[in-house]
Amino acid sequence: MKLSQVAKSFLLKEFVSGFFLAMRYFFKAKPTINYPFEKGALSPRFRGEHALRRYPSGEERCIACKLCEAICPAQAITIEAGPRGNDGTRRTTRYDIDMVKCIYCGFCQEACPVDAIVEGPNFEFATETREELYFSKERLLANGDRWEREIARNIAADAPYR
Amino acid sequence: MAKLIVDGIEIDVAPELTLLQACEAAGAEIPRFCYHERLSVAGNCRMCLVEVKGGPPKPTASCGMNVRDLRPGPNGEPPVVLTNSPMVKKAREGVMEFLLINHPLDCPICDQGGECDLQDQAMAYGVSGSRFIENKRAVEDKYLGPLIKTSMNRCIHCTRCVRFTTEVAGIAEMGLISRGEDAEITSYLEKALSSELQGNVIDLCPVGALTSKPYAFHARPWELSKTESIDVMDAVGSAIRVDVRGREVMRVLPRLNESVNEEWISDKTRFIWDGLRTQRLDRPYVKADGRFRATSWGDAFATIATRVTSTAPERMGAIVGDLASVEEMFALRELMAALGVASVDGRQDGTALHPKFGRASYVFNATIAGIEEADAILMIGADPRREASVMNARIRKRWRASGGKLPVFTIGAPVDLTYPHVHLGSDPAALQHLDAGALDVLNAAQKPLIVVGQGALVRHDGLALLSLAAKLATEVGAVTEGWNGFSVLHTAASRVGALDLGLVPGEGGRDVAGMIDASAKGELDVLFLLGADEFGAQHLGPNTFVVYIGSHGDTGAHRADVILPGATYAEKSGTYVNTEGRVQLGNRAAFPPGEAREDWAVLRALSEALGRKLPFDSLAQLRAKLYSAHPEFAAIDTIPAADPQAINTLATLGGIVRPEPFVPLIADFYLTNPIARASKVMAECSALARSGHSIAAE
Repeated sequence: MKLSQVAKSFLLKEFVSGFFLAMRYFFKAKPTINYPFEKGALSPRFRGEHALRRYPSGEERCIACKLCEAICPAQAITIEAGPRGNDGTRRTTRYDIDMVKCIYCGFCQEACPVDAIVEGPNFEFATETREELYFSKERLLANGDRWEREIARNIAADAPYR
Repeated sequence: MAKLIVDGIEIDVAPELTLLQACEAAGAEIPRFCYHERLSVAGNCRMCLVEVKGGPPKPTASCGMNVRDLRPGPNGEPPVVLTNSPMVKKAREGVMEFLLINHPLDCPICDQGGECDLQDQAMAYGVSGSRFIENKRAVEDKYLGPLIKTSMNRCIHCTRCVRFTTEVAGIAEMGLISRGEDAEITSYLEKALSSELQGNVIDLCPVGALTSKPYAFHARPWELSKTESIDVMDAVGSAIRVDVRGREVMRVLPRLNESVNEEWISDKTRFIWDGLRTQRLDRPYVKADGRFRATSWGDAFATIATRVTSTAPERMGAIVGDLASVEEMFALRELMAALGVASVDGRQDGTALHPKFGRASYVFNATIAGIEEADAILMIGADPRREASVMNARIRKRWRASGGKLPVFTIGAPVDLTYPHVHLGSDPAALQHLDAGALDVLNAAQKPLIVVGQGALVRHDGLALLSLAAKLATEVGAVTEGWNGFSVLHTAASRVGALDLGLVPGEGGRDVAGMIDASAKGELDVLFLLGADEFGAQHLGPNTFVVYIGSHGDTGAHRADVILPGATYAEKSGTYVNTEGRVQLGNRAAFPPGEAREDWAVLRALSEALGRKLPFDSLAQLRAKLYSAHPEFAAIDTIPAADPQAINTLATLGGIVRPEPFVPLIADFYLTNPIARASKVMAECSALARSGHSIAAE
């Protein structure tokens, strides 16, 4: 054993430096937050719960082009489409996302030509049963209505980088 | 032959070829929108530009220039064509930019998206941006009927639709009016197109301007699984591709088969698919107290077995419908033979054709491709436009190739065939005493074609008329070495197969009319119907126990006492023999709904319940049995040889011809079979046709 090692162990160098490290963090501001009463910051690019958006007029954005369904690597999206009854425009008659299959890659929102399907900032949608995670079109549109302000803000914030 | 150097490859091609064809022969790919092999050359999209040395010092539209138009070099070198030089690249990029000036780029909502020529070629030959900032032009959508949806903003004015409707379909109902920015494709009067081939413009349209209305927005090409199959709507046996998503047939498209349908299919073939979903028999039913009760297979079989075992074979019969495949007809024949039933008939329309006269007596001997060699045509009781629309396009093609000089004579109910023809009379007398002028033309012709339609053969004097036609054919020299112009035009996909199998009444058996008669008199106790709906089920007597094996709830199923649900042509693999006698194999694209099974399997299961177990447990075993009994069915896509001697035999038969005029065989083109009658689209087309195509857009 070398002399320097002996000196280190006798003088408790590791202990002292560890003690000072602990003290430094002891007096620093706390990084832990009191979740769920406090929440951390989220990037505008955060990919959370899906939502289907509407135009300000209330018209749904989705035009049933099926690009999200085609790109989805987990094949979590199921779309059936047809002409809408009242005006014959191209609309989905069914838009399902199996949130259990979804891997939150965000390809669907990248593929969407009209920014209809987006992954919003919400990540708190844990459920007690699997069935509740099979999202229907109604659920996705309701998500869009609920989160529209945040989603629009995120898209605007990210727009300069696209 | 002319020598030519394409991209450094020297080739030798026929001088009448266009540069585009020559370049393709050399393996070069030329983008195009307006050029189409089967239509006249328009040269208006300018996408096929190539650089020609020994030609003008500018890019040349390769579709419009012939190989013989090129000059050789100063020392006699072959002309040089470049298809990927910088000049060509720049020219293509410029043309693509121009084409996209007014194209809306609404690919996400366009049904053509994913299979669009413009989309593909913009990716391959275009540039990423456009220098045009002006507003795009807007064009009003046109009304073209219940089958074709228009979105005229997307139109790039290739005029393929105009050329198809005037040249192939033979209806001058579409055109390009105005010029420059105001140019529009229009149907002039906003009327529905009146052709039976109009659906083909959907395939021809290189963009999404003309799309399928019933299919609108329902599926994308990349989510469809494609199965190559054979059409059964008429006896032409067109090659089709059935596109399926999940369990549902989403659309039917044509497949290339030069010897049958080229690349066209009729509207009935194309738009029938919604009939595959409606009115389906999805579980066995037994009629009790005048009402159908859903039941199990075992119960249905037991009910049949009780009746059949207590009935003598001579009091039983079987009739085969128009859409049956050879496999299930073979299974039915074997089952009936096992039961000792002689009254089996595969000719529900009562046609006079019979296999005992020989195969040449009941097939289209000239073959469909052979029509292009015919130099005079006589049609007897036939309306090819409604009975075999695609074949009518072939006759029209022959007429066009002859420069409008092909003599076509018709005897029968007056018809509009889309090309000029001489109507010699509406009654058989016109055939008995053939017009001298027409006879001279037929005698003078090298390859006269005598088409005998079912309109003549289903009459009571059908055999006499068949004999008369055969006599005429031999007299005018239609049956010679290397040419057999005596041709029977069938209307049902199953008929030639049934005749090949010998599905006609055996010794002491009754034919269809005889069975109906016997049923009315109470002499027929059990009747099996294999998809037979059009033979007059309403004339059957009340005491006949009817077993219906089929796919749709139509007249046959309504009259039935037991319904055994079967499969449609899209849901089973089956052999079909077309009117030429060509053996073709259709493939399964989807599965039958509910408890329905493939028809041969139903018959196999029924045979076990009846104690006459058929000796096959799988389709492969059935086919092995079929091929050993009839080796000609094993030769797929070929026409087994038919001895023309049969026509001489026919000619000597004679018979008494009755004076009544011919009546049209097909009253309604759109409603000829149970699938078509279940289809909403076909009902709409039929209503429109009945109203004389007079309904305009709102």
